[in-house]
Amino acid sequence: MTVASPSDFEPQGLQPQSWLKYFSFSLDHKVIGLQYLVTSFIFYFIGGALAGVIRTELTSPISDFVSRETYNEVLTLHGTIMIFLWIVPVVNGAFGNYLIPFYVGARDMAFPRLNAVAFWLIPPAGILLIASYFVAGGAAQSGWTAYPPLSLSTPAIGQVIWILSVLLLGGSSIFGGINFIATILKLRRPGLNLMQLPMYCWAMLGTSILVVLSTPVLAGTLILLSFDIIAHTGFFNPALGGNVVVYQHLFWFYSHPAVYIMVLPAFGLVSEILPIHARKPLFGYTTMVYSIMAIVVLGLVVWAHHMFTSGTPPWMRLFFTIATSFIAVPTGIKFFNWLATLWQGKLAMNSAMLFSCGFIVNFVFGGITGVALAQVPFDIHVHDTYFVVGHFHYIVYGGTVFVIFASVYHWYPKFTGRMLNEDLGRLHFLLTFIGFNLCFAPQHWLGLNGMPRRVAEYDPSFTTLNQVSSVGALLMAISTLPFLLNVIWSLYAGQPAGDNPWNALTPEWLTSSPPPVENWKGEAPLVTHPYDYGIPEGKIDLRVASGSDLWYGGKR
Amino acid sequence: MTSLAPGSANPAASPLTAVAIEPSPQEHGAAAYAADDHGGHVDVRLFGLATFLVADGMTFAGFFAAYLTFRAVNPLPAGSTYELELILPTINTALLLISSITFHRAGSNLRQGNQAACRSWLLGTVILGVAFLAGQMVEYFNLPFGLTDNLFASTFYALTGFHGLHVTLGVICILVVWWQARQGGRITQHDHFGLEAAELYWHFVDGIWVVLYGILYLL
Repeated sequence: MTVASPSDFEPQGLQPQSWLKYFSFSLDHKVIGLQYLVTSFIFYFIGGALAGVIRTELTSPISDFVSRETYNEVLTLHGTIMIFLWIVPVVNGAFGNYLIPFYVGARDMAFPRLNAVAFWLIPPAGILLIASYFVAGGAAQSGWTAYPPLSLSTPAIGQVIWILSVLLLGGSSIFGGINFIATILKLRRPGLNLMQLPMYCWAMLGTSILVVLSTPVLAGTLILLSFDIIAHTGFFNPALGGNVVVYQHLFWFYSHPAVYIMVLPAFGLVSEILPIHARKPLFGYTTMVYSIMAIVVLGLVVWAHHMFTSGTPPWMRLFFTIATSFIAVPTGIKFFNWLATLWQGKLAMNSAMLFSCGFIVNFVFGGITGVALAQVPFDIHVHDTYFVVGHFHYIVYGGTVFVIFASVYHWYPKFTGRMLNEDLGRLHFLLTFIGFNLCFAPQHWLGLNGMPRRVAEYDPSFTTLNQVSSVGALLMAISTLPFLLNVIWSLYAGQPAGDNPWNALTPEWLTSSPPPVENWKGEAPLVTHPYDYGIPEGKIDLRVASGSDLWYGGKR
Repeated sequence: MTSLAPGSANPAASPLTAVAIEPSPQEHGAAAYAADDHGGHVDVRLFGLATFLVADGMTFAGFFAAYLTFRAVNPLPAGSTYELELILPTINTALLLISSITFHRAGSNLRQGNQAACRSWLLGTVILGVAFLAGQMVEYFNLPFGLTDNLFASTFYALTGFHGLHVTLGVICILVVWWQARQGGRITQHDHFGLEAAELYWHFVDGIWVVLYGILYLL
């Protein structure tokens, strides 16, 4: 094979090699992945601080902590930052860029320059968004949905900056999606076929298909919305003969798939973590793959379940209720596959495993409330109440963010060459799990009793539950302290990890930690059975076998 | 576990086929792993562009869906009409369709090694594209409505304007390709990704126009 001598590839000589590389226009997928990871975490802490403002305000029924306008700006920024600058970039950009080339046996992504451009769109977009708080009139106040006519009547400059920022982030997301599709479909190592790929590849393929098909629709819609604001056209302005419901349709055509863009990669990541720490093969690989693809297809045809109170005709309600309920089937298949993977495994109850199990518990609860919300009569009762807020956070926080933490505990040894401290990790899990459930479970009661979302003031009878929720939020804030301490301290003083601390079989572990610039010294290993735990381990001594020895089993 | 020797799959095989073939080591080399400037793997640039065009097409699809819904449910104010002058847009449609053919001719000439003829056909395509844009400008100046007059007017300008931007970008791309295809330039008979990319993009823009013409002018 003549491919692989590392000096044949992208010239690395011009790129900084020290820590400075993380601040450069690096083309290395691992550097870009970590750039995404750290940037997203910074925005996570900003978005978390904004959530702190929201929960502090809601400890009392009157708006005393911040003004109503500020509250609106804060909730808009919180939603936008957490979705577009935290979850989407971290589960797609960070882990996707770091892991996908390893999983397909490539030395980099298909388009390294496009990849770097996609990352470098994010910091300006984020700075723009946060800076809009300080312009005349303040930041956008219309929520992350920016529904007209609300978004047409709130201060214009902040809203236009919000649109600009989301367009940049959408562009970044589309470039990333194109890169993932090309890498997974076209850059696989010869001999590796699609049904042998680790599950995260399938999740990212599905996610990227959704990104490429739906994000452009949001971009087009926001361009029209900006015309309405700047040029006073009337696309979505009823006063000028326009139609607000068309905006809602177009917005949710992206933003419902966006939920899957946020959660499908998490499904993939947890499918990588569970088999390794349970020492068992991933249960039901084929059904997992078909479930992901079914979710992709169904995810594109359920958007109007967000609009049951927008005057949708009965046939439309019927169709979207049925389609939405169907999503429970592939999702349920995945849920039971994870349980079956854990069943009778040799579970290592470390931080990665604890967060993954926390994910399963939270996610099934969020999924059940999701099925409930798909039913028109119930949805009309709780529409725009805290029930929806609770459901949504069970999916994106209890689901995706738990998986992000599990993934950090799982891959940190690969990123840095050092282990994280397990005691701090378990403390982090305990605080997060209790804090999260304390914060968001009461919101279901609040919603069922009619507390509307996105309002700074509420009926005094809701006070107690809101205070419980705020205490939960405080616990969540505290829970990040052991985590931060852990990742910073371990960077310098953590126990050395070695190449493969988990005795894992997926290709990113069959190289040094952190990996060399072209991923492997010499040839990429051919891993056709990434989940064969419990099967070859009796025969192969992982401590002495090198990657390629392992994978050719002496047959070369 | 397959018992393949390292890297022994045929790169030309469908990615979905489980390959169990043992070709000679020479079989992959020049074709799939040529030491070119894209990192030692197969050339996927055209695939990437096609994926991007799917995304771009979805932007148009969103606009079309919005327009059709507006038209179905939002009546225009009294005195406004959906009727448009048809002669100029029809000529414009013809110009764009012909330009697709001329671009195709440019490509096939290049592949046969007639670089000079290729450049002439490219220049012809540019002229047709510019003529289309000029026709579009003439139409804009003679329309009885402005951007904010009514919902149909706004949608009309948004759709044709967004498409016009695509055509403008396409014309610039063709000019770049025309320059690169000169004697001693970057594009040669055997290395012509730039031309193929511009051609794919141009056909895409033409296809979008045909749909746009159908729903905006004829419907």
